[in-house]
Amino acid sequence: MLQIKNLHASVEGKEILKGINLEVKAGEVHAIMGPNGSGKSTLSSVIAGKEEFDVTEGQVILQGEDLEDVSPEERSHKGIFLSFQYPVEIPGVSVTNFMKTAINEGRKARGLEDMPAKDMLKLIREKSEMLEIDRKFLSRSLNQGFSGGEKKRNEIFQMAMLEPKLAILDETDSGLDIDALRIVANGVNKLKSKDNAVILITHYQRLLDYIVPDFVHVLHNGKIVKSGGKELALELEEKGYDWIKNEAVV
Amino acid sequence: MAYTEEELKKELETKEYEYGFYTDIESDTFPIGLNEDIVRAISKKKNEPEWMTDWRIEAYRVWEKMEEPEWANVHYTKPDFQAISYYSAPKKNDPNKSLDDVDPELLEMYKKLGISVDEQKKLQNVAVDIVVDSVSVATTFKKTLGEKGIIFMPISEAIQEHPELVKKYMGSIVPTTDNFYAALNSAVFTDGSFCYIPKGVRCPMELSTYFRINQAGTGQFERTLVIADEGSYVSYLEGCTAPSRDENQLHAAVVELIALDDAEIKYSTVQNWFPGNKEGKGGVYNFVTKRALCEKNAKVSWTQVETGSAVTWKYPSCILKGDNSIGEFYSIAVTNNYQQADTGTKMIHLGKNTRSTIISKGISAGKSQNSYRGLVQINSRADNARNFSQCDSLLMGNECGAHTFPYIEAKNKTAQIEHEATTSKIGEDQIFYCNQRGIPTEKAIALIVNGFSKEVLNKLPMEFAVEAQKLLEISLEGSVG
Ligand SMILES: Nc1ncnc2c1ncn2[C@@H]1O[C@H](COP(=O)(O)OP(=O)(O)OP(=O)(O)O)[C@@H](O)[C@H]1O
Ligand SMILES: [Mg+2]
Repeated sequence: MLQIKNLHASVEGKEILKGINLEVKAGEVHAIMGPNGSGKSTLSSVIAGKEEFDVTEGQVILQGEDLEDVSPEERSHKGIFLSFQYPVEIPGVSVTNFMKTAINEGRKARGLEDMPAKDMLKLIREKSEMLEIDRKFLSRSLNQGFSGGEKKRNEIFQMAMLEPKLAILDETDSGLDIDALRIVANGVNKLKSKDNAVILITHYQRLLDYIVPDFVHVLHNGKIVKSGGKELALELEEKGYDWIKNEAVV
Repeated sequence: MAYTEEELKKELETKEYEYGFYTDIESDTFPIGLNEDIVRAISKKKNEPEWMTDWRIEAYRVWEKMEEPEWANVHYTKPDFQAISYYSAPKKNDPNKSLDDVDPELLEMYKKLGISVDEQKKLQNVAVDIVVDSVSVATTFKKTLGEKGIIFMPISEAIQEHPELVKKYMGSIVPTTDNFYAALNSAVFTDGSFCYIPKGVRCPMELSTYFRINQAGTGQFERTLVIADEGSYVSYLEGCTAPSRDENQLHAAVVELIALDDAEIKYSTVQNWFPGNKEGKGGVYNFVTKRALCEKNAKVSWTQVETGSAVTWKYPSCILKGDNSIGEFYSIAVTNNYQQADTGTKMIHLGKNTRSTIISKGISAGKSQNSYRGLVQINSRADNARNFSQCDSLLMGNECGAHTFPYIEAKNKTAQIEHEATTSKIGEDQIFYCNQRGIPTEKAIALIVNGFSKEVLNKLPMEFAVEAQKLLEISLEGSVG
């Protein structure tokens, strides 16, 4: 599904990703953990194609295709979805209108007509029920005045609507209360299949109790310094990052 | 393509003007220049009664002594009033026209403008009057309206057929002496629309006028007069376009609305005069005076979407004379490239319990300057007057400007006045967010701009709202489609 090879990226001349290697296969769940400022969100932005970051070396390959010259919207059309750590507000644009536009742009890219209103409504109903989202919520301006948790749930709603091949969830768990975490995690689990893949960026084990990762990676100072199975997350929860940082130095 | 500020700017610069065609219709055009003889000649051409000619001459004499106003936040080379032709009319225009008689070239032009004067509009329930250069060339639905006693016709015809109404109301809200451009308009206006809704009648369809400057070297000076008699209601729409030309063309209109007791007038404008090219060459100078009088319990709403013109100077206002009367102003002004707009409103509260609402949305891109200028005046007799004003500016790029000049004069202690203002910028993060969801940059900008303008777009009649939304997209996006 996704291959990242020796990826270096910098912003304003400052190198943030310093040689990342990662392979994610269809059907897998990968968790990426690591201290604040280690480059997790930067990595997700670079995968999604944010041009603010210069890729100075290495490659991001999606289903065999090098994404170097592929625009963010095309990456989206190819199935990459990013649940933002800090979703932005778009005043006056309702969640529904935004999703309608997003879905129809995706269809346009695939040479399809706009989705009939009837189907769109059905899809919205189905996905909002799955995530226990009040329909009134969908007529509000996108992310404007949403609570932290509402924003995150809305990100997963969008993911459910777009059914991506590769979903990157950047700290989707932070801000969610206990019930919301369960609902959102169940939603993600329902969307999971052998044909798609998920990258979870998180600081906490509790999300991984619900969405069990096949692999856990630790990002530190722009590099993956340790990878392991789901036990690694438990170990980190217990011991923190220092021992890994030290290991990395050695 | 995701992007940086630089690319965003480039994207915005590629805007093209869709209505920039010129239609080759034979026309009857006056030589350039302005003097009393020209004013008389216009009046004669229109076969006007003497009182009208005198009225024009008086206005001309006033205008001659006036100076062009300079207080607006706009900079341009002053038009040479002696280099303009003050009358131009498509030749094959028969005063007793039916659509079949209209020059086929003209009909072709309407098609390009996206206005159909026939069946389609019938379905949409809109009666249209079309003014090309100096004259009205087609008015539809006269009969249907006539059955309700509604008069909707070119002002030149109204002067002939309803002199008592014209005499009584023309200049009563915007006197000839009001300002430089109003005086000029009073002297040389050539056509425009006239509309009268009788007592208690609810106009069953939207009334609409479409203005078009076609000829080179001409100005357009139209005059609109809408009278809503007691307890009546009318919704009126106005659209404008012009060919792309290197020269600056002058448009100086006067619109007067009279809402008698318990009447309501909704007046909507989609102004899309040629804005000039991306180097700032050419474009229409749009100097317009629009004012409404509200008698007791009357209500007037001005809604405008201003995307065109090189320079716009326009303040649709309400005189809230009657107790409990209501004035509203909803505006979207878009400027791009080198466009300049200085627009806003005046709400003059004279009666008790009068209320006014002002919602202004300014969108600036390129190197343009966009100013809101508004006056809320509460007079000493106006007990319990209320005003709410909101002025929002949206900026794209770093080279444009947004300014607000809100003036408040309250002479009554019971007044309640609220003013809110915000300035925001379309951020790269917003665009990236949209891109990430598969929405290309152009579409993302359109989405964000439409969201920003929503409160005002919602005030437009349905059919117009779609058109206006499209226009916003065209004004700010690269492609015309
Ligand atoms: N646009 C930018 N300009 C300058 N520095 C940046 C920019 N974006 C990110 N950085 C820096 O890059 C480093 C990595 O940031 P990133 O957001 O990827 O961290 P993170 O691992 O997601 O952290 P957290 O766990 O706090 O979310 C930080 O030091 C951050 O300050
Ligand atoms: Mg982060």
